[in-house]
Amino acid sequence: MHEQQSHQSGEQAHEEMISYGTYILVWLALIALTCITAVVAGINLAAFTLAVALVIALTKASLVVNIFMHIKFEDKIFKVFLGIAGFTIFVIFTLTFADVFFRR
Amino acid sequence: MSDVAFAAGGAPHGHSSNGGAHSYLENTGKRKGILSWILSTDHKRIGILYLISIFSFFAVGVVLGVLMRLEMLVPGPTGKIFNAQEYNALFTLHGVIMVFLFVVPGIPATLGNFFLPIQIGAKDVAFPRLNLLSWYLYITGAAIILVSLFMHGLPDTGWTFYVPYSIRTGTDVTTAVFGVFVLGFSSILTGMNFLTTIHRMRAPGMSWFKMPLFVWALYATAWIQVIATPVLAITLLLIIIERVFSVGIFDPAKGGDPVLYQHMFWVYSHPAVYIMILPPMGVVSEIVSTFSHRTVFGYKAVAISSLAIAFIGYLVWGHHMFVAGETETAQFAFSLLTFLVAIPSGIKVFNWVATMYKGSIDLQPPFLFLMAFIMLFAIGGLTGLFLGSVATDVHLTGTYFVVGHFHYIIFGGAVFIFFGALHYWFPKMFGRMYNKKAANISLGFLFVGFNMLYFPMLLLGYEGMPRRYFSYLPQYETLQHVSMVGSWVLVIGLTIMFWNLIRGIRKGEKAPANPWGGTTLEWTIASPPPTENFEEIPVITHEPYYHPDAEMPEEHAVPVAK
Repeated sequence: MHEQQSHQSGEQAHEEMISYGTYILVWLALIALTCITAVVAGINLAAFTLAVALVIALTKASLVVNIFMHIKFEDKIFKVFLGIAGFTIFVIFTLTFADVFFRR
Repeated sequence: MSDVAFAAGGAPHGHSSNGGAHSYLENTGKRKGILSWILSTDHKRIGILYLISIFSFFAVGVVLGVLMRLEMLVPGPTGKIFNAQEYNALFTLHGVIMVFLFVVPGIPATLGNFFLPIQIGAKDVAFPRLNLLSWYLYITGAAIILVSLFMHGLPDTGWTFYVPYSIRTGTDVTTAVFGVFVLGFSSILTGMNFLTTIHRMRAPGMSWFKMPLFVWALYATAWIQVIATPVLAITLLLIIIERVFSVGIFDPAKGGDPVLYQHMFWVYSHPAVYIMILPPMGVVSEIVSTFSHRTVFGYKAVAISSLAIAFIGYLVWGHHMFVAGETETAQFAFSLLTFLVAIPSGIKVFNWVATMYKGSIDLQPPFLFLMAFIMLFAIGGLTGLFLGSVATDVHLTGTYFVVGHFHYIIFGGAVFIFFGALHYWFPKMFGRMYNKKAANISLGFLFVGFNMLYFPMLLLGYEGMPRRYFSYLPQYETLQHVSMVGSWVLVIGLTIMFWNLIRGIRKGEKAPANPWGGTTLEWTIASPPPTENFEEIPVITHEPYYHPDAEMPEEHAVPVAK
């Protein structure tokens, strides 16, 4: 019962906290970041190319996950689930780099 | 021994305990006939739907496998049986059907669907309609793969769809790949359903460490299904995009990276091996406890080792690519990580054996399947060490040794226990018993046939016989023939086993609620289970494998050497 109440209050809280204005701002930010990705792809950043692309992608993903998917306002269990998925992707990337970065 | 029933809180022998409620087989709901099956959201009926579909595809896969062996009748082209291109199609279809349509959905979709809710004391899975949708996606994916056979020639890439060949070949790879893509969604939805069910629907009192180990194994498997399968989906979509729109992603001629494909493919497909083997490992824990009449030794270690295998399973995919052009750094890292999998696997095997120690062992058919499993899985695991070590892998990769190793793990491991699990839960599912003698005879044929079929492959591979060749040098003839005859013996075993089980469903003796003396919740309800499983949701007060009279009297205990 207590859990239900806190869940309901959580829902109300994020409904109040996210306005349409915020959604539009996030949407614009996502478009801007996509444009930056496209522009950066044309610049030779040598070893930093991948790092820059990943930072932009990570920023976009966290905006979508936190705001559009409401994870920022959800119970801890959903954050743990997402954290496990995120950690797995991190591990997969790192091990792939063990191949890609050491090629001659 | 089967006359003894002493489940903690379990039902006594005889038909019992559903208070007159109709079994799921009798209760067709609003619909009749086939509609009462294909539109049912009852997890037990969906489990049976999967069982029928999956074993239908298994039969096709077996026929293709036997035909492949038949092609090895003589060295060189047999001429009258298959040509090289047809042989390529045979091993591709055999692989795609066996991997994606049989063994990946395998135990979770069939017995997992049937027993997961019952073992945790729930009336159904968390999302029953989603469960039925998973089956429809499975059938749709399978239908798409079948359609691909009749469009532009049979796919000939092998089940791994390696680029650049899969992008350049004129056969219908796109449709086959799309079929596998759809199948992936079936797997993801089943995984999500199981995760939610296990988190939210356990009976009162069933804490995490009071869950049966089969449920733990399904839990670890569901995580892999949910996290790894999307990687496969993306990889397969990229192949389709490259084939249809000529975008250079993997094809080096267009600036792509073929090794990247192998990375992405194995990021899914290695964990997929654990999707195949973890649920059988859970079943082993159930069977070993029931037929040794002892609680599982090291229960917590066995439970957590499932999660450890699921996690480490993500870190080892590069061992499939030692000769594919990955760097030495990657070879070193992946080889080291591969050896780590042996630790949780060893924890399981040693704990199973320790469970049997001083147990009151009852040699019923499911237990004999388990014994076969432990032996075959040990051979599979040990040959895996040869392949996980870079130096020996360079010699053995791409040979029959890999084929032999893989079949020892997946067929000798996962599928033998799938059969064992069917024999274990059969009386619960259908309320009838098969002929035990026939079951033991079928296991004898299966065990001999299996080893005749696959052990020569280990030797042939060591001697240099490459896999996926439709012909061979004369020096390999004897072992090829032993292997071919083994495939026939194996088919005899399969025929006897399925005949016995199907006959059991129709004409078998009525089975009591708890024929084996099992202690988990499914043995406390009637056979076959009523539609809603439990009249009242049970309250769990003890560990899952509590055998009250399992303590051996002092005078029978084995004396300890001093």
